[in-house]
Amino acid sequence: MAKVNIKIEGHPYQVEEGLTILEAARECGYEIPTLCSFNHGECSLASCRVCLVEATGARGLVASCVYPVNEGMEITISSPKAVNARRASVELLLSNHSMNCQQCDKNGHCELLYVAQITGAREGKYLGSKTPTTVDELSPSIVRDTSKCILCGRCVARCVAAHGIGILGFEKRGFNTIVAPAANRSFAESPCLQCGQCVNVCPTGALMEKSEINLVDKAKMEGKFVVVQTAPAVRATLGEEFGMPIGTPVTGKMVAALKRLGFDRVYDTNFGADLTIMEEATELLNRVKNGGVLPMITSCSPGWINYAEYYYGDQLDHLSSCKSPHQMQGAIIKSYFAEKNGLDPKDIFVVSIMPCTAKKFEKSRDQFKHDGITDVDAVLTTRELAKLIKRSGINFTKLPDEEFDQDIMGEYSGAGVIFGATGGVMEAALRTAYFVLEGKEHEAIKFEQVRGMKGLKEASFKLGGIDIKVAVASGMRNAKVLLDQIREGKSPYTFIEIMCCPGGCINGGGQPYVKPQFLPNEDLNILDTYREKRANALYSEDERLTLRQSHNNSQIKDLYAKFLGEPNSEKAHHLLHTTYNKTRVRFPEK
Amino acid sequence: MAHLSASAVKQITEIVKRYENERTPLMMILSAIQSEYGYIPLDVQELVSDLTGIPVAEIYGVVTFYSFFSLNPKGKYVVGVCLGTACYVKGGQSIIDKFSELLGVKPGETTPDGLFTLSALRCIGACSIAPAVSINGKVYPKMTVGKVQEVIDEYRKLGGAN
Amino acid sequence: MVKTEKDLELTAKSCAKNLEDKFSGASGKIAVLICSGTGCLATGAKDILATFQEEIKNRKLEAKVEASKVGCFGFCSQGPFVKIMPKNIVYRGVKASDVSEILEKTVLGDEIIERLLYVDPVTKEKVSKLEDMAFYKKQIKVALYGCGIINPEDINEALGYGAYQGLKRALHMDPQEVINEVLTAGLRGRGGGGFPTGRKWQFAHDQVSDEKYVVCNGDEGDPGAFMDEGILEGNPLGVIEGMTIAGYAIGAKQGYFYVRAEYPTAVARLRNAIKQAEEMGFLGNNILGSNFSFNIGIRLGAGAFVCGEETALLNSIEGKRGMPRPRPPFPAVKGLWQKPSIINNVETLACVPFILREGASKFNALGTEKSKGTKVFALGGKVNNVGLVEVPMGITLRELIYDIGGGIPNGKKFKAIQTGGPSGGCLTEKDLDTPIDYDNLIAKGSMMGSGGAIVMDEDNCMVDVAKFYMDFICDESCGKCSPCRIGTKRMLEILNKITDGKGTLADLDELEELAQVVKANSVCGLGQTSANPIVSTMKQFKDEYMAHIVDKKCPAHVCKSLMKYVIVADKCKGCTLCARNCPVNAISGTVKQPHVIDQSKCIKCGLCQSNCRFDAIIKE
Repeated sequence: MAKVNIKIEGHPYQVEEGLTILEAARECGYEIPTLCSFNHGECSLASCRVCLVEATGARGLVASCVYPVNEGMEITISSPKAVNARRASVELLLSNHSMNCQQCDKNGHCELLYVAQITGAREGKYLGSKTPTTVDELSPSIVRDTSKCILCGRCVARCVAAHGIGILGFEKRGFNTIVAPAANRSFAESPCLQCGQCVNVCPTGALMEKSEINLVDKAKMEGKFVVVQTAPAVRATLGEEFGMPIGTPVTGKMVAALKRLGFDRVYDTNFGADLTIMEEATELLNRVKNGGVLPMITSCSPGWINYAEYYYGDQLDHLSSCKSPHQMQGAIIKSYFAEKNGLDPKDIFVVSIMPCTAKKFEKSRDQFKHDGITDVDAVLTTRELAKLIKRSGINFTKLPDEEFDQDIMGEYSGAGVIFGATGGVMEAALRTAYFVLEGKEHEAIKFEQVRGMKGLKEASFKLGGIDIKVAVASGMRNAKVLLDQIREGKSPYTFIEIMCCPGGCINGGGQPYVKPQFLPNEDLNILDTYREKRANALYSEDERLTLRQSHNNSQIKDLYAKFLGEPNSEKAHHLLHTTYNKTRVRFPEK
Repeated sequence: MAHLSASAVKQITEIVKRYENERTPLMMILSAIQSEYGYIPLDVQELVSDLTGIPVAEIYGVVTFYSFFSLNPKGKYVVGVCLGTACYVKGGQSIIDKFSELLGVKPGETTPDGLFTLSALRCIGACSIAPAVSINGKVYPKMTVGKVQEVIDEYRKLGGAN
Repeated sequence: MVKTEKDLELTAKSCAKNLEDKFSGASGKIAVLICSGTGCLATGAKDILATFQEEIKNRKLEAKVEASKVGCFGFCSQGPFVKIMPKNIVYRGVKASDVSEILEKTVLGDEIIERLLYVDPVTKEKVSKLEDMAFYKKQIKVALYGCGIINPEDINEALGYGAYQGLKRALHMDPQEVINEVLTAGLRGRGGGGFPTGRKWQFAHDQVSDEKYVVCNGDEGDPGAFMDEGILEGNPLGVIEGMTIAGYAIGAKQGYFYVRAEYPTAVARLRNAIKQAEEMGFLGNNILGSNFSFNIGIRLGAGAFVCGEETALLNSIEGKRGMPRPRPPFPAVKGLWQKPSIINNVETLACVPFILREGASKFNALGTEKSKGTKVFALGGKVNNVGLVEVPMGITLRELIYDIGGGIPNGKKFKAIQTGGPSGGCLTEKDLDTPIDYDNLIAKGSMMGSGGAIVMDEDNCMVDVAKFYMDFICDESCGKCSPCRIGTKRMLEILNKITDGKGTLADLDELEELAQVVKANSVCGLGQTSANPIVSTMKQFKDEYMAHIVDKKCPAHVCKSLMKYVIVADKCKGCTLCARNCPVNAISGTVKQPHVIDQSKCIKCGLCQSNCRFDAIIKE
């Protein structure tokens, strides 16, 4: 790449041609405040006007997030003109903003508040009327409060970039402009995946997960027997909420914290993941042997299930009938565990700590309720767990490492751990399939072909004389490619893993926010590397474990021997499998 | 979409097809629907979304951006009072105020009997005969506050008859 | 079909002959030309034409008389116009009921109908020829070429009047030579900014790309301006020819018109002209036997002022919300569908055939040092002669308002002329002798804009005018960038406060501050210029702002909260008309006694004043 010579604040630098002023300045050690710009132009409307600087060769101030550097350009960030302009842009935004910052759940992660501080926004400047507000709380997963929206467009761009469905858009114009699903409907009345990718990129509190901390509090107060389980991807990210570097696994501290929070049992959803592999691998082999519908597609990701139901209702037979791991585990807790402990399932309250907002929706699906008993009663995101920990006065970083409760469902394999990264379920299934079809363990254990952050991956194996071609997709934009092949009858695959969020659950919509301005000790390009770092935290835990295949989990074997019979048995079907809604309406009539 | 009639679905499909050789024809499609139906309700937008692959949120965003597109049916007679500069400096505001008072609706609204929609227009290019009022395309030049009742009565008399 | 230059030569010759015969009477027919611009159409021109045609048919005069449309005469406030050739008699203010009389007396006979003649407001003399009217004396038709003369729906008349001679010459030149010609002519963008057209073309010409586009911006947004409408209605083929030449110059094969949907007549004429040009071979493949091929499509706006901004316009054609794009990249590099594109205003393109046909030197002989050629203005507001005028650059405002415009009606006092629409500013008495060109207007705190020129008199409140424009901009702001979306709202709120009589002196400082912020911080021209009407009126009419804020008075009696209607007892005859018609029963009094308005009930609708036959009701 050619280099150009520029000056910033009078100092000469050489930077790559084609960079925006914002990117070039960042590389040279300057941080120009910005709101709407996000992740290398993923969103680049240049609409917030918070990154204005002076640059030679341009007429007036320029938006550094879109204006490219060129040879000989002299950039001034600190001139009174630029400083005042940036401050005024922020003040105008604040004048049309709900100012309940103290009570806002985004407090501490709010980029608007951050730029207000660094630009020196003055209190009460330019006050006036406000754009009429909509607060959408109908969805079990996401709350949208337009009074906090600054119309940066990041969420609109993310929904399209990740899934290609564009649930959110700009509506109306001028001062009345809002960002909303079509017709300002609720997320609950739109074909929204509830995945929370939009929440992850929202700079303010306009998009947030719907908190269920209150449900947990209530259950405890009512004296319920509260069992908590944590998804694999949570351990890879929870530390970030407490200032630890991205990619630090904190399994032990997380367990210690949960125990101090007074949960009656602390389990790992990895047990459920191992159980999923047993059921899913069996289902796959049955389909292969008996000429069932192929390719079979994983069903762990509720955002993906939503997508399948809304957009590929004609192809649902391809989905594995397996419930997702935490639903399986919830079902086992309320049956086998209850029985063993002499508890009435009605008195048990299952809390899942998930990297996901769609799980909040998933747990309330009709399919997961039997005789008034739900598999899972509350889903907290990684972020909510951090809040719970902070609220309880626990100094997370100083906690000792502790172990999950070991009774009945304490054991888990490395195969379960890697569920949290794209390709992880596939790899876990391959480990078990290899054993079943080849009659021995795969020596290398790893299946590198399905690892990595690429959105679409494929690999072929010959196992026990059978050719198996697999594909892995994350982000519905990528999944669509595979699904269209299936719809056209041209899919070459036997087994497909699909995860809703790009990169898998380590990048789920309930994971800690990755906002470079709040992460001064991370790499400059952290937005490019955080997914991989988080995934590596999971792969490293897998490496540390001695038990690395689901089928070798002795408590799973026990569970089958003592309770379920065998994988895909009638009882297993009743508790661990589900059905899908072929006629889900994308736009319910109002 | 559930309550769109089969014939409406057919007609809208035909409109979308009409522009299949045009690049990015969304505006053309919406203009055609607006002029043929008088409005573009959400379920029609959902159908257009299905037919074109454009997200319905994007279509809704376009419909609500341009003032020519309407989400609701308009009255039989659309009273457009020009508030372009030439008309404004010659008293256009008092004309629209009078219409508003006599029809009992604000600009942008439709009378309960569905007869009149009052709308404020931004220059219809009839500046020479300001202040101008346009009712279903018929232009009333050099309007005065005093003539408003008369004009309304003219259309009341025609009533709902076609 | 005109396939070669030779074809064009022959066709043009015979068309010119026909046209000449039509006007000279050599055709054996008397030609009745009826103005069919939007102004005249609105006041009955359509009926007039239909009545003429019906009468001609009924009286079996087909061989003797022919009635046809012509493009806008420009003198819209006097319309509808009817011109009779070769007698060269012009009637104004014609009604359908006059048709029979005109036919009998003037067309068949030799009698002039005095009451239909134009009366000069200054000399009070009756005038029967357009060229004798002061309104036309300083005008030169370049963009409005053929308006008032040829039928804009008939390509043959246009060909007889010089159409496609410019393209013919251009096709003999290199594209670069064509650009040089436009540069030499000194043509600058007529849409407002005044950017040299040739330079715009050069940028696009220099881009290497498989596809390029010419886009004509006909989204005339300035409320109170109808230049582009007049040009598209009266000279559609000129704009098409200009676009074709532009296409040749930059290497584009496709052009698009983006026209306001509010202009149905213009759109219909444009469609018709494109169709005729296609049929004749002026659009399509191998135009005039050259290697150059060009096609044109039409896209309609849907009611968004911001789409006059060129990148917003491109987004609109692309089926998106009309929100401006950040620049760079400029459209000449990445424009329509990310391909190199030029966006030229209607009037700009309409000037191009003249430049190529007559030569750059003839164009740049007109105008001032840096602003060449002519400019079309939509002269409106409080001026006697309202209409569309095309004058050489450099004419003074005084000439425009008084010589052409005939001064201010009803003996009122001139207060200001607003140019540049919502992006422009006001010019006052002291600026009247300033020659009009791009740079002078900017130096005076206004701008050329697209050509709207609204005259205001003493009855106009300048704070209210500023509020009008701010209300417009606030309504039309696309909402994308925060300074424009929120800043214009804040400015409007302050102006509302002031006109409601609740303003404070601190509000003026806040207005000034906001004006600067919105200007410096906004993404596009709409936002950057949105405060101009405020800045300009605050500078020129500070006393009016002060009167609203300090004295709580609106000197022009416009702002409702700061004025009241009162009955002058001396003048009131007690006819009770006002009291009977008052919608809120605020007026009381006995018959033949002076009446009184109860100010606590009055809603200031003004009905009483417009009804009073004795001028007894005044505002104060």
